[in-house]
Amino acid sequence: MEVKIKLNGKTVVDDIPADMLLIDFVRAHGCKSVKRGCETSACGLCTVMLDDVPVLSCSTLAARADGRSVCTLEGLQAEASEFVGFIADQGAEQCGFCNPGFVMNTIALLRENPDPTDDEILAYLSGNLCRCSGYVGQLRGIRAFLDEKHGKEVERG
Amino acid sequence: MMWLKMGNHSFGTAIDLCDLGLDTIEETDEEFRIGAMVTLRQMETHTGLDAYSCGAIKAAFQDIVGVQFRNGATLGGSLWRRMGFSDIVTAFLAMDSYVELHEGGIVPLERFVNMPYDKDILVRLIVKKRPGAFAYQAVRKQRTDLPTINCMAAKVGDEYRVTVGARPGRAVLLRDDRGILADGITEASAAAFAEHAAESIRVSGNMWGSAEYRRALAPVLVRRALLALGEVR
Repeated sequence: MEVKIKLNGKTVVDDIPADMLLIDFVRAHGCKSVKRGCETSACGLCTVMLDDVPVLSCSTLAARADGRSVCTLEGLQAEASEFVGFIADQGAEQCGFCNPGFVMNTIALLRENPDPTDDEILAYLSGNLCRCSGYVGQLRGIRAFLDEKHGKEVERG
Repeated sequence: MMWLKMGNHSFGTAIDLCDLGLDTIEETDEEFRIGAMVTLRQMETHTGLDAYSCGAIKAAFQDIVGVQFRNGATLGGSLWRRMGFSDIVTAFLAMDSYVELHEGGIVPLERFVNMPYDKDILVRLIVKKRPGAFAYQAVRKQRTDLPTINCMAAKVGDEYRVTVGARPGRAVLLRDDRGILADGITEASAAAFAEHAAESIRVSGNMWGSAEYRRALAPVLVRRALLALGEVR
């Protein structure tokens, strides 16, 4: 079947099998940040934005994205660059395997709730599993980013 | 899709409902009409459902895997399977809820939960906005895990309704047939109803917990849900 998907702002037309998963579609089109992890819809590694909503690409048919917009980390570098350094400063990037999914869902969180509490951060990111860090490092990194950002906003008045 | 991909069933025909406009929650003065393609996240963040359910819907849905999962999992997929561990069934069963089936018409959720699987299509869930109060409780080993046991207490009109799910069988609905709560919710009446509920429901064991563990948890959870309901009201 033919699909037309706006992938990271660029329209892609492709002939795909009806049962192709979105993760396989985006990886076939060069978006290798999207990783295959648990394959049981539990780990968040394969997170992409579908019409600006974070979804699990391992559990979404590519056909479902026909006529819609899909964004991966490759298309959100500028937005991610605002805060990923803060996470790295906490040593929370560790092996790096879960990072793209974490970063994608953090972008979704901050778009939906620009000033989350620690509990809200933990709740929103609870669908992203990391076997290295224990999650405290990511929380500290995001908190440090938000504190600096809001501190600057206060300074600017 | 979330569950289908983990099995190895073959389907000769699949019907896609995504272009039927069933992805919205309609709210009127009398009811909520929740389309089969509405995601769990849409229900969790719907202000009308949140207000009507006294926060119980959000409490029931917020620990189902993660945000990304809840953006993909749908009401239809969750309700149709009538899975024993479902937080969705436990929550809506305590409300005055009905499912609309394409062939079978409008059926009370209480009846639908015990119907055998057939080839009908679930179109939407209808929740009547009868004056009520609701409180949800669940035990999970950790956030995002399936519940070991879950419970919703409700007062809908003058009727107390308590559901217990993840027994691990399908959720069951208990009413106050013995009038234990007739004089209202107190520490004593909540404890008495909780003991009655624990004696009435059947529990068994699976990898999330043994039958003995669930038997010990059930009255505690029911009592807490009832006391929380008393506070909500």
